Amino acid sequence: MSSAERHAAESERELQAARCRYVLRLGDTALVLGQRLGEWVGHAPALEEDLGLANLALDLVGQARLLLTYAGELEGRGRDEDDLAFLRDAPEFMNLALAEQPNGDFAVTIVRQWLIDTWQLQVYRALAASTDTRLAAIAAKALKETLYHHRFSSGWLARLGDGTAESHERAQRALEELWRFTAEFFAPDEVDERVHAAGIAPELPGLAAPWSAQVDADLAAATLRRPAVASYSWHGKRGVHTEHLGHLLAAMQHLQRTYPGLRW
Amino acid sequence: MNEEWPLFEVFIRSRSGLEHKHVGSLHAADARMAIEHARDVYTRRQEGVSIWVMRSADIIASDPGEAEALFEPARDKVYRHPTFYVIPDEVKNL
Amino acid sequence: MYTQALDTHGKEPLPAGEGGAVAQRFQARVDADEKIEPKDWMPDAYRQTLIRQISQHAHSEIVGMLPEGNWITRAPTLRRKAVLIAKVQDEGGHGMYLYSAAETLGVARAELFEQLLSGAAKYSSIFNYPTLTWADIGAIGWLVDGAAIMNQIPICRCSYGPYARAMVRICKEESFHQRQGFEIMLTLARGSAAQRAMAQDALNRWWWPSIMMFGPSDADSKHTAQSMRWKIKRFSNDELRQKFIDITVPQAFFLGLAIPDRELHWNESTQHYDIGAIDWAEFHAVLKGNGPCNRERLEARRGAYESGRWVREAAAAHAAKERARTASTGGSTAQTGRT
Repeated sequence: MSSAERHAAESERELQAARCRYVLRLGDTALVLGQRLGEWVGHAPALEEDLGLANLALDLVGQARLLLTYAGELEGRGRDEDDLAFLRDAPEFMNLALAEQPNGDFAVTIVRQWLIDTWQLQVYRALAASTDTRLAAIAAKALKETLYHHRFSSGWLARLGDGTAESHERAQRALEELWRFTAEFFAPDEVDERVHAAGIAPELPGLAAPWSAQVDADLAAATLRRPAVASYSWHGKRGVHTEHLGHLLAAMQHLQRTYPGLRW
Repeated sequence: MNEEWPLFEVFIRSRSGLEHKHVGSLHAADARMAIEHARDVYTRRQEGVSIWVMRSADIIASDPGEAEALFEPARDKVYRHPTFYVIPDEVKNL
Repeated sequence: MYTQALDTHGKEPLPAGEGGAVAQRFQARVDADEKIEPKDWMPDAYRQTLIRQISQHAHSEIVGMLPEGNWITRAPTLRRKAVLIAKVQDEGGHGMYLYSAAETLGVARAELFEQLLSGAAKYSSIFNYPTLTWADIGAIGWLVDGAAIMNQIPICRCSYGPYARAMVRICKEESFHQRQGFEIMLTLARGSAAQRAMAQDALNRWWWPSIMMFGPSDADSKHTAQSMRWKIKRFSNDELRQKFIDITVPQAFFLGLAIPDRELHWNESTQHYDIGAIDWAEFHAVLKGNGPCNRERLEARRGAYESGRWVREAAAAHAAKERARTASTGGSTAQTGRT
């Protein structure tokens, strides 16, 4: 093998690793957010919202299954969706740190959901044009679901923001609390750059402007103030998480960890 | 502060080409929410391609006490039905 | 799920025939298998019996979300997690169909909710038992949904239209619930020794409570005769219970699990399984609020209701503001008209 060939092979391996990691990030964000929503079922503010939140959770778990299955194939070590979901520890999870934040009150859940919905809208829309046809197909399916999620969450954002003095205050507080996690949304690292260069994924900073426009429109309808720029950027997608993820995984992975290697 | 959401009636078109059919009711604060709730409650298994919702209070219904006056008079108009007419078997395409 | 015959409670209804000609016409319609609809005349006792039964059934559905919801975050695979979310969600949906049906009788859902949260209303005793291991999710689907289906299928032919229609929808949707439960049990029964032990333990804990879901024995059930005349009820508690036992025992054999009843045996002469004595003291204790999880279940429902109040208020306030804005501008943002 010539050095040029070796170089090309090395470069291809790196691209595959970056592609795998990128898909894992999308899948983990969907999984962790779906897991959080699952905690609501049976405890929502109205019976109708139990069903609504469960539907979001089902969509997100469904997206996670498709994405983690694909990531496992890209990785080439024979790991399936469940190996990836149940047998990795927190530093190996690549979700956005926002997704793992606790449910809090309904305002926190809605603001968290809405921020991720607006982010996923941009990402899935752009991914529909990916050179990676498998990823493009998953994104096209997920986009339809996300359009509904955004309808749901932006509707509730408006009801809470414009509702009573109490609900307005709770929504604004949730926004101030969670806004700092959005700095991670559009900050590219070497993985993002690599997959963008290969035509697999959009250029992240380019998504910030349309996202921002959507966010401002939704906030205006909800009579809420956009918080100041976050001072600290979490790096959930690089495996640097808040303290909450470990607890979430402890519950989620409990059976697989206690009884290793069994079928369920 | 009133926290009770009004009742809505839900009508679903199950497939393209069919009419909307009453499926039940739900509570919602506003029309947009009523559509979302109808979708989440009544179309979890692909039961619909279109939804109508309306406030239950806006429905005007016939009075069961008037049922005889309203509906009995149609009973003896049997000549409206094709089976009323006797046509010989050998006549075709009628 | 989850209707339960709770008919030792509540007032004794009026005997049929009282109320004169209109009552006789009502009974004649019921006898002719016609459906009674919301605006039709009905005896007050019929209305009250239905409100009580339908709302108890609805409460059972939404309290029933809790023991299974307890395992959503811990389901062992993503497939199982999705199935469990969908199932618990269905139960919420079924609660909604039933509250809808009850509301056609002139009672507001909020009022029924208050009765549940104050502890005045009853719901199925089964949900006051804890879900301690993953196998409990299998056992609930297999046994509890199985018993519920047995109870519910006859109600699809109930004389009250809205209740019958809700039940048709519920039965159709529930056909997957029992199967997914049996699939969990089967996977565990064919798994490791620890999994088999988990499955047996779950059967041990859920068998008798499932048997009790059919309600008191016919000898102690006051309302059966009147409810049957009204075609609210089609079979007696003991008939349904026996039917459930007869189909479930062979399923347990198939799983290789033992029914926790030493007196259980096949009776050649009756062609049914005979079972040991049911512990009715336990049944009544659980119904009265003294089961293992009665407090936790009601506390969870109250917590959701109370901490959701500001959310419901916010939505109502926003809707009122929107209406005021629409009225002042003459415009509407919603899609109106037939589309």
